[in-house]
Amino acid sequence: MTAVIEARDVALAFGETPALRGANLSVEAGEVLAIMGPSGSGKSTLLHCLAGILVPDAGEVLFNGRRLDVMPEAQRSALRRDKFGFVFQFGQLVPELTAEENVALPLLLNGVRRAAALAEARPWFARLGLDGLEQRRSGELSGGQAQRVALARGLVARPQVLFADEPTGALDSLTGEQVMELMVDAAREQGTTVILVTHEPRVAAYADREAIVRDGQARALSTGAGSVAS
Amino acid sequence: MVSPMSVPLTLLGLLEREPSHGYDLKRDYDSLFGRGKPLPYGQVYATLGRLARDGKVVAGEAEPGDGPERKRYVITEAGVTEFETWLKDPVAPEPNLQSVLFTKVVLALMLGRDAEEYLDTQRAAHLRRMRELTELRRTGALVDALLADHGLFHLDADLRWIDLTTARLDALAEAVRS
Repeated sequence: MTAVIEARDVALAFGETPALRGANLSVEAGEVLAIMGPSGSGKSTLLHCLAGILVPDAGEVLFNGRRLDVMPEAQRSALRRDKFGFVFQFGQLVPELTAEENVALPLLLNGVRRAAALAEARPWFARLGLDGLEQRRSGELSGGQAQRVALARGLVARPQVLFADEPTGALDSLTGEQVMELMVDAAREQGTTVILVTHEPRVAAYADREAIVRDGQARALSTGAGSVAS
Repeated sequence: MVSPMSVPLTLLGLLEREPSHGYDLKRDYDSLFGRGKPLPYGQVYATLGRLARDGKVVAGEAEPGDGPERKRYVITEAGVTEFETWLKDPVAPEPNLQSVLFTKVVLALMLGRDAEEYLDTQRAAHLRRMRELTELRRTGALVDALLADHGLFHLDADLRWIDLTTARLDALAEAVRS
């Protein structure tokens, strides 16, 4: 397996407050990784550095072996559009657009013609149990429906990496688990790597492995079938 | 209260700190782990006897003094190895494991070992089990899914306790060592 995303000694401070202090993390292609940690530990900041949204003060972030942290903003922005997908805690759908247009948005931004983008978006509605909701606007969707639309938007362009920041944080536990199931199934089907920030163990249990961020440092938890003694 | 299975190992942990008389071991055990259910003297000496027989501790000469027995017990290399193996192994995720977890954390802190690493190992073991149950929940029949859910909620509660304990390790270390 090859590392698709890697953080090496990443440090970042907001003013005087250090958020990350030498975080190291490596994510393999096709894997689903959960980043866990207490509130304020730096897990979302780490996710934003890995996605090229934030630029670290020190250290390196690599995407497919290329330094992401030294790219100009325009190049990082293009990379985010072409290679990455995003799902946030609150769907953050564009309220003026229909659900279908929201799903098609990453394709439209990538220059795909409207008819083709919408044609690509439509099958996601059946796939995620959203049949008949294509023309609704975000205000007319329940929290779970809106999050599934956001998930379709995150995956429609077949990104190499999907970044999900507390994607079930605003949902009740049953709806949250449905969203997780759909996310993991869809990502696996198209070979998308998922990096997921969550503080919920039940959500993290959908991942292949976990890393924990504490005091701005990341640590991979042991994996595999280690001995569990009584 | 410590699980009956863990009493010999807990006594070994207390002996790893310093050689002690049975009386001292009972006093420390009761104050740290007894939780209103003190360890009977008979059990302390019977356990020490078995540990001595198995080469995990050695008993010094009887010392003059009042009371039933005045021997100082010292842990052996075999005893240290057994204790360390137990301390490092995560507990099988099952109901009511808190008592063993708590015992391990307190002993690790008392002996200056890395309690945080131990808790992370336990966290990984719990998450591994949660992954198995999540898979069962996804692929099994409704009855299997409901049973898996029951297990998942219990493991989730354990993990919350592990998180809280991790956050309070410094304060707990101070309390244990004072």
